[in-house]
Amino acid sequence: MSTIQIIFLFSTTLMYSTPLIFTALGGVMSEKSGVINIGLEGMMTFGAFAASWAAITYSNPWLGFIVGGVAGMLLALLHAIASIKFKANQVVSGMAINFLGLGLAIFFCRIFFEGASMTPPLDLETKIPQIFGQYATVYVAFFLTALIWFIFNKSSLGLRLISSGEHPKGAVAAGIKVNLYKYFGVLSSGFLAGLGGASLSIAIVSNFRPTLISGQGFIALAAMIFGKWNPIGTLFACLFFGFSQALVVFIGGFETQIISSQLLATLPYILTLIILVSFMKKTTAPSALGQ
Amino acid sequence: MKKFIISMLSIVLGLIVGGVILKLSGISPLEAYQVMWEGAFSQPNYISYIIIRSTPLILTGLSVAFAFRTGLFNIGAEGQFIIGAMTAAYFGFILNLNPWIQIPLVMLMATLAAAFYGGLSGFLKARFGVHEVLSTIMLNWIALYLSNHVIFIEGFRRPSMETTEFINSSTSITILEDWKISDMGLEWLSRHEFWQSFMRPPVNAGIFIALLAVVIVWIILNKTTFGFKLKAVGFSPLASEYAGINTRIKMTQSMMISGALAGLAGATHVMGVSKNIAVLAAHEGYGFDGIAVALIGSNHPVGVLFSGFFLGALKYSGQKIQSSLEAPSEVIGIMIGAIIFFIAIPSIFNFVLKSWRKNP
Repeated sequence: MSTIQIIFLFSTTLMYSTPLIFTALGGVMSEKSGVINIGLEGMMTFGAFAASWAAITYSNPWLGFIVGGVAGMLLALLHAIASIKFKANQVVSGMAINFLGLGLAIFFCRIFFEGASMTPPLDLETKIPQIFGQYATVYVAFFLTALIWFIFNKSSLGLRLISSGEHPKGAVAAGIKVNLYKYFGVLSSGFLAGLGGASLSIAIVSNFRPTLISGQGFIALAAMIFGKWNPIGTLFACLFFGFSQALVVFIGGFETQIISSQLLATLPYILTLIILVSFMKKTTAPSALGQ
Repeated sequence: MKKFIISMLSIVLGLIVGGVILKLSGISPLEAYQVMWEGAFSQPNYISYIIIRSTPLILTGLSVAFAFRTGLFNIGAEGQFIIGAMTAAYFGFILNLNPWIQIPLVMLMATLAAAFYGGLSGFLKARFGVHEVLSTIMLNWIALYLSNHVIFIEGFRRPSMETTEFINSSTSITILEDWKISDMGLEWLSRHEFWQSFMRPPVNAGIFIALLAVVIVWIILNKTTFGFKLKAVGFSPLASEYAGINTRIKMTQSMMISGALAGLAGATHVMGVSKNIAVLAAHEGYGFDGIAVALIGSNHPVGVLFSGFFLGALKYSGQKIQSSLEAPSEVIGIMIGAIIFFIAIPSIFNFVLKSWRKNP
């Protein structure tokens, strides 16, 4: 394998992983605080649209990126109120967010862009810039992974958040405002999922379209479980998934086709299943998840 | 009964949310709902379109609901639908027997293939502890690409098209398909205005299969020890194990039945409506809509039947506001999301009901 090929594999892996890293970290934040978040997909979709809209309207990619996060957070607020205040069935509420996210994204897209279901493409200046051949969002994703690792392992904020998800009653007895930490977990989860969507619509691709996310929120959810609810583990799960996607592009680039491109496209999913079967003996979900 | 009231209240609130969103976007909600109402019920062929649209939704809704009732979350109805559709399209094309044998045979094969596919998730959970949500998400994508691969099989693929050849007419479950375009049929229909309109869309026997499935699922869940055991495993796997139920086999069986129902949806869609399958770039959403149908129907077979019709009508009539008012039809997705959101929080209704009882 030549150096160029290795660099290609490496950078394609990073490209495909980034949206997953943001979103899966969001999953970690929410579920560590004890709230199931199956609505990541919807938050990602709405974030992707909002980021694209803001980047176009204000010609500023970083503003777009933040707006994407805020949009995801707004949906997360609904999920948080339902789950924490009204003791909702969190899986059902999360599914509702998925329908809402996609519906709102395309609805507002049609309202703001004269009936089109996709946003016009961004020009190069309004896209997220590249640093050393990678979109800047890649570095942000790694930075946030380190930050969240730090929060969980080295700060009282993280410990309190974890205790809210593991033993809420004990946490209450210890004087921790459990609900406050749960809100923090869910809202930051939405913000991160929104960033995940934004990192697709204004960096990797240059517009929003209805099929942009198509299932990546669920893949991120899988990465979170596969990474055992741990930020570093989750990072590697996302990188693994990104790598297998890169492998598909890589193998697909050869002249002689050993295998049909459609069958090749199943590779990431089959690999993930195999890994899940091999390593998922024990679950390590937060013990009060969903309660 | 309480669940029924919650669903109805949620639907009302969901429609109000949709109205508010429309109003905020400068579209008159009353006008939009009027267009939708007329677009759903003012002509006989609209009714038949709604029935056609609802058929797969009822079946995928049953699939998801059955899994829910047995403690499993089947996000994989989407993939199982694709497997059913693919199998029906393939055997419907290569086999050409007497329709009385052909139709049940092709349908059975599609159902079995999807049952196997769904059962795989159950098995992975039972044997390896892989959560069914994870495995079905992966299997959805594997199904999509597998189907795309099968479409390109030489001889099955329609030359230079991204679709397959049509199934043989012996596989079709469209009602009176040949008669409709025969001289006699045309003549009869021209004298019966209602039926002329009603029969214009590809009205098919799928709805009867869906109704039958509703009855069968109801019987399995409520009248058999088999169904009782499946529900027991979902309710408390440890207690069931203690009571001597083989929970591993039961989990796999639950997912097989769930998969079979979703596969049946795919089969009726191919055999009654589309007649072939096409390359997919993304999921079409039959399985995901099935989740909405199951939740709105509170996972009860009869509830699913009604919510399937409701969602079918909503989705069909929603298109009409796009064409006549230029209002984005995606408001339907927002409404469905809002309805499910309210269903997730029954406590707000308890809150309202309680204060209502206190101050009548």
